[in-house]
Amino acid sequence: MPGITREEVAHLAKLARLELSAEELEHFAGQLDDIIGAVAAVSEVAGEDVPPTSHPLPLTNVMRPDEVRPSLTPEQALSGAPAQEQQRFKVPQILGEE
Amino acid sequence: MTDLTRLTAAQTAERVAGGEVTAVEVAEAHLARIAAVDEKVHAYLHVDREGALAAARAVDARRAAGEPLGPLAGVPLALKDIFTTEGVPTTVGSRILEGWLPPYDATLTKRLKDAGVVILGKTNMDEFAMGSSTENSAYGPTGNPWDLTRIPGGSGGGSAAALASFQAPLAIGTDTGGSIRQPAAVTGTVGVKPTYGGVSRYGMVAFSSSLDQGGPCARTVLDAALLHEAIAGHDPLDSTSIDAPVPAVVEAARHGDVRGLRVGVVTEFSGEGYQDGVMRRFTESVELLRELGAEIVEISCPSFTKALAAYYLIAPSECSSNLARFDAMRYGLRVGDDGTRSAEDVTALTREAGFGAEVKRRVMLGTYALSSGYYDAYYGSAQKVRTLIARDFQRAFESVDVLVSPTTPTTAFPIGERADDPMAMYLADLCTIPSNLAGNAAMSLPCGLAPEDGLPVGLQIIAPAMADDRLYRVGAAVEAAFHTRWGHPLLEEAPVL
Repeated sequence: MPGITREEVAHLAKLARLELSAEELEHFAGQLDDIIGAVAAVSEVAGEDVPPTSHPLPLTNVMRPDEVRPSLTPEQALSGAPAQEQQRFKVPQILGEE
Repeated sequence: MTDLTRLTAAQTAERVAGGEVTAVEVAEAHLARIAAVDEKVHAYLHVDREGALAAARAVDARRAAGEPLGPLAGVPLALKDIFTTEGVPTTVGSRILEGWLPPYDATLTKRLKDAGVVILGKTNMDEFAMGSSTENSAYGPTGNPWDLTRIPGGSGGGSAAALASFQAPLAIGTDTGGSIRQPAAVTGTVGVKPTYGGVSRYGMVAFSSSLDQGGPCARTVLDAALLHEAIAGHDPLDSTSIDAPVPAVVEAARHGDVRGLRVGVVTEFSGEGYQDGVMRRFTESVELLRELGAEIVEISCPSFTKALAAYYLIAPSECSSNLARFDAMRYGLRVGDDGTRSAEDVTALTREAGFGAEVKRRVMLGTYALSSGYYDAYYGSAQKVRTLIARDFQRAFESVDVLVSPTTPTTAFPIGERADDPMAMYLADLCTIPSNLAGNAAMSLPCGLAPEDGLPVGLQIIAPAMADDRLYRVGAAVEAAFHTRWGHPLLEEAPVL
């Protein structure tokens, strides 16, 4: 499989919301290329007929009774917020300025 | 006078229950020990002196009132800093959660408190449990009590080091690829990864949800069993928690026996990369099992050779998704919010400042493995390998009761040696990863010192899912035989700090 380029790493960093420095990009590109080269071995053994396993337990749609139970108060839920206003999380602008 | 920090958990609980010593005296002895040695070891990130003494006083009050005490009441414990503790800092070894005070207790934390266990503090770990050396902690490395210039394993190096330096008789770890067993192996302590789903993950900060499993760490097999029983069992708050009775682990630990047991030696766990002294101690352990009455069988699990590769696709994929919650909006660090930047830019600046190198590597690796065009080749193939590994285990357990291997290919390596060489670091988990992928139960316990460096070697025992009791039955027999042979527990040989 193909190796990973510095440009691809820059794109990955953007997707992963990591504002990497130029030095980090350089450093990680080499390391990620090594790691990807090593882990690509998985495709050598995985035949068409092998079903994938996503989880060790065969669980589907685990439900619990729909009952009212104690939960966090608004003060507790907001206790770790970097900024808050009127019992809400205060966040930087989400939409661009029109 | 008895040094209270040298007692086992079982002995401590017995003495507290019998009124020979108070829980407060036990807690104070450990807090004094921490004050005396942890500057050198750095096992703890946070010591909760007041909380510990309050919990100890509550146990003493219950005893004075004639109320029944549980089997671990008054026993101090070091809690890995990945479990939430209400009002007590929980950092996961990361800058991104520095100063965060969780508003709730993890189920495991709650169960410990209900059992009268005295939580001394939170232990150091690789950031978000990603690592095998505890060097990835944002708060500095932890030293291995056997040689402070070497790693204590990881990610739960703080918990293992706290045990090995007598700063707590019990500790909690989490094991995603070996983070309980590998630190236990390199520090000469006992660590158990329960069956996946055996211990609730509610309030345990997620790294790789289909692999993460909390479990007990201790200095003896019986102590690990007592702790296992206290924390295990169904939790409606964790949808992946198994709704079935907890295997009788304490009963098993009290009746160690391997007579007639079929023990499989995995051929794939040997060869290149395995230190001579590790293999020597392992071979002796197998011989010991035979002498104790077990039948030894060679077993081949061919897919295990691809386990490391599958793990380093599955774990990063799940972590890239899990760590998306660290967006600087609801809790934790926020950087660069100057009123002009967008939320997206603030998120990216915060994650850049708040995550360390290994976390960034894995988040990007996972993002890559899950991205369109690469998904089938990487994540999809890794999931198929996971199936093959589960089948190898299934086949093996048709002919044997447990499998054994060295826990780690080498003893503790020097701090710094592999710090910026991710592939070399990942090799530390070669023997432990298959059990995480398959979700079965595994234990590491000390089996001696490697002759060439005098450092502890771990013996790994693997049992089928929900047969955790077998680990303790075998572990207790092996431990007793080794203690007889050595004349004392292995940790007696550790240097005095």
